[in-house]
Amino acid sequence: MQWEIVIGLEVHTQLSTQSKIFSGASTAYGAAPNTQACEVDLALPGVLPVLNKGAVERAIKFGLSVNAKINSPSIFARKNYFYPDLPKGYQISQFELPIVQGGSICMHVNGVQKVIRLTRAHLEEDAGKSLHEDFHGMTGIDLNRAGTPLLEIVSEPDMRSSAEAVAYAKTLHTLVRWIGICDGNMQEGSFRCDANVSVRPVGTEKLGTRCEIKNLNSFRFLEKAIDFEACRQIEILEEGGTIRQETRLYDANKDETRTMRTKEDANDYRYFPDPDLLPLEVSVEWIEQVKQTLPELPQSRRDRYMVEFGLSTYDVSVLTASREMADYFDAAVKLLPTQAKLCANWIMGEISGRLNKENIEISTCPVKPDDLAALLIRISDGTTSGKAAKTIFESLWLGECGKNVDAIIEAKGLKQISDDCAIEKLVDEVLAANVQQVTDYRNGKEKAFNSLIGQIMKAAQGKANPMQVNTILKKKLTEK
Amino acid sequence: MLNASLKELSKQLAEKKLSSVELTSFFLQRIKTLNADYNAFITTNEEMSLAQAVAADKMLAEGEGGALTGIPIAQKDIFCAKGWLTTCGSKMLSNFISPYDAGVIERFNIAGAVNIGKTNMDEFAMGSSNETSYYGIVKNPWDTKAVPGGSSGGAACAVAARLAPAATGTDTGGSIRQPAALCGISGIKPTYGLVSRYGMIAFASSLDQAGPMAKSAEDLALLLNVMVGFDARDSTSLQRAQEDYASSLEKPLSGLRIGLPKEYFAKGMSQDVENAIDKALAEYRKLGAETVEVALPNAPLSIPVYYVLAPAEASSNLSRFDGVRYGHRAESYSGLTDMYRKSRAEGFGPEVKRRILIGTYVLSHGYYDAYYIKAQKLRRLIAQDFAEAYQQCDVIMGPTTPTVAFNLGEKSADPIQMYLSDIYTSAANLTGMPAMSIPIGFGEKNRPVGLHIIGNYFKEAQLLNVAHQYQRVTDWHLKSPV
Repeated sequence: MQWEIVIGLEVHTQLSTQSKIFSGASTAYGAAPNTQACEVDLALPGVLPVLNKGAVERAIKFGLSVNAKINSPSIFARKNYFYPDLPKGYQISQFELPIVQGGSICMHVNGVQKVIRLTRAHLEEDAGKSLHEDFHGMTGIDLNRAGTPLLEIVSEPDMRSSAEAVAYAKTLHTLVRWIGICDGNMQEGSFRCDANVSVRPVGTEKLGTRCEIKNLNSFRFLEKAIDFEACRQIEILEEGGTIRQETRLYDANKDETRTMRTKEDANDYRYFPDPDLLPLEVSVEWIEQVKQTLPELPQSRRDRYMVEFGLSTYDVSVLTASREMADYFDAAVKLLPTQAKLCANWIMGEISGRLNKENIEISTCPVKPDDLAALLIRISDGTTSGKAAKTIFESLWLGECGKNVDAIIEAKGLKQISDDCAIEKLVDEVLAANVQQVTDYRNGKEKAFNSLIGQIMKAAQGKANPMQVNTILKKKLTEK
Repeated sequence: MLNASLKELSKQLAEKKLSSVELTSFFLQRIKTLNADYNAFITTNEEMSLAQAVAADKMLAEGEGGALTGIPIAQKDIFCAKGWLTTCGSKMLSNFISPYDAGVIERFNIAGAVNIGKTNMDEFAMGSSNETSYYGIVKNPWDTKAVPGGSSGGAACAVAARLAPAATGTDTGGSIRQPAALCGISGIKPTYGLVSRYGMIAFASSLDQAGPMAKSAEDLALLLNVMVGFDARDSTSLQRAQEDYASSLEKPLSGLRIGLPKEYFAKGMSQDVENAIDKALAEYRKLGAETVEVALPNAPLSIPVYYVLAPAEASSNLSRFDGVRYGHRAESYSGLTDMYRKSRAEGFGPEVKRRILIGTYVLSHGYYDAYYIKAQKLRRLIAQDFAEAYQQCDVIMGPTTPTVAFNLGEKSADPIQMYLSDIYTSAANLTGMPAMSIPIGFGEKNRPVGLHIIGNYFKEAQLLNVAHQYQRVTDWHLKSPV
């Protein structure tokens, strides 16, 4: 039987606010345990939550960027369960009325566009951490992370392969960083995926029983866990078994998923509206204000680059992988709008390569967009060659000559000889000194041409404009 | 000092005829001698109280004192106070020294008042007789065989027995008004949202409201002036212009329309209480008020609605007491679940456990709609009843409690009977409206009777005016058991 895999993702994005969602404590990562947990985070008797406006703003931003409905009011609810790293004995989340409802995300898989519908996105607080090492058989509790704002983004079961799931997750990852609501740092847990996976016979409508896989903190694990889980389910069904609805944990070391808890031992969370927090009203004016702060979105950028500059789908997807990259491209291409492809090539090639090697972000690239543009202008007007440009780029990177391209060209003698007379003179000299090769060429030995070019360039110390050399040499050889 | 009003004490302090240290020492001494008889206080701390008194005297000397500067206030042990043991009447918090001040405590501190001690209360404010406290029963100063009421039983006892000039209480279903009635003092529960809940240990968040308990309406006004105010740390706190609750005390009552809900005068009220109410109403008519019958058809549902919603919220609010970070943790246990189970089984008393069970049940999958949602709908209907009644009257009056104080142990075996003590009071919590109780005489066994006055939202000043005018022409509020 042919099987179809059905996947929906729940992504927890940590919102990039300075302070926690219901307290004033800092959200900074990596501090000593419990140094960033105030009386509210510790759930001391009598403390109360106060909603962080910045977290709400970020949720609205997200809602607007995926064309979702912003619910007003939305309701905070308590999700009750006992766990040592959950200090209140309940998590404040949103249940019946989330702040963001619906919307969709447009993504590309192997050059094909696909739209994934979103169910909802809701605000909630993160829990703390249980530390099991170094406590002599006891468990340590670190509440620094408790109360960190999260936006849980839930998709419809619209994905049909692990590749689609990864493409969706990557598109979402780009988007949340693009609009500045999440730093996207997966190692620090700022972007965490849970996947709901089921399978069904191709051609059928009814969804199969799903399993939820937790703990997917990299795109690679997401892909591998889904592939493993789909195979596991298909195997069971093909052997005549049934799938049990459960929560499974992905073990990256063994590359397998295994049962964490079944539906039977799932908690009854006893959700009810949190009486400490009023229904959250979001006015039309507020939404409008937030809208004004939204940057041009990746999808719109992609369309614009294709239409305006005629760039390929591949180039466009690389350039819009992050807002910083796209902004860099925009700033550079503005200075030489007719050379978009050249710009794109340099950013994707020389610059990206160098950034990777040095492990720095494009936003802190020592070669600024206007430096790059100045360099590319000198390539396109023939002042310097593409080859020499790499040397100039190196000087720019190191900040030599006050990062002035013309000064670098001057200082390093990288100016290209583009004067026809000067080149003709060089060509004539070389031809005069190599009569045999000229004869060979005229007798049909094509290879002699390249040898002559080599000698002319050598005579020009590599500075002659190769295009001009080529044209002039051809002209001279065919003369007479 | 013993029977003086807050206004008189304040005047003497301002005129340097009395120092806060003298006043504080006087009441500390009374507590030392008499608390063994009443058990009104869980904690006193002479050193900390006197340090505040010294600071208050300095404020007064510099002419910076306000109406409450230097005056000792007994604080209910539900308010977190920095450096003070804060138990909420429970074994669960019998080792909890608060590292921070509640909003209410902070406001009293800024006003220069002195914290004279933390008063006894029903465990986590769950009870109507103060018999559920881990720290033992509190006795009614009028008759030590009787309960003082609850949950602010220690506070009511402290004021009635003159162990403190005034006290704070909290009221979730009647916990200020019922003990005030049973101990023959005055107490007011303000409109929900006027007094900060920050640092007040939560019982049922949508119903809890702090308020003052004192000898007279005039004293309550001065206390309310300090207690009411916006607190950004409480999302349900209301941002309103500051009101002077003492400013309209002297307004005559002519033309005042008093609504008498027929449901509150039906069966259930004992004869002695009814007699006292009748006399009080006659007094009001003499003062120029008229009485009109009003209907609150859904009000009799207040108790069932209250006993769904309050335990629901409580079951969640009390989840934080898990023995992990503070409070009681069992001595020995095997694993996490066992630690939770033992710590909570040992730390909570039977009434608290009962309410956690009820609350957990009504919020459970499959029961939520039938109980919690239905109760919320009825809560709105009850509020509508009151809104309609206020079309015909300015304030609503009735008995605060169906009977005078009952005997210690009389109802502790029957929770339903105990719950019915709040039959007249819980509607004001469900609707969020202000309500108060004032003493209006004595019933059976010479135990006090309270008059319940309920007002529309933000009508605290009017309630205090209505109470004060009565207290101008009567002296029930001046009677003392000591």
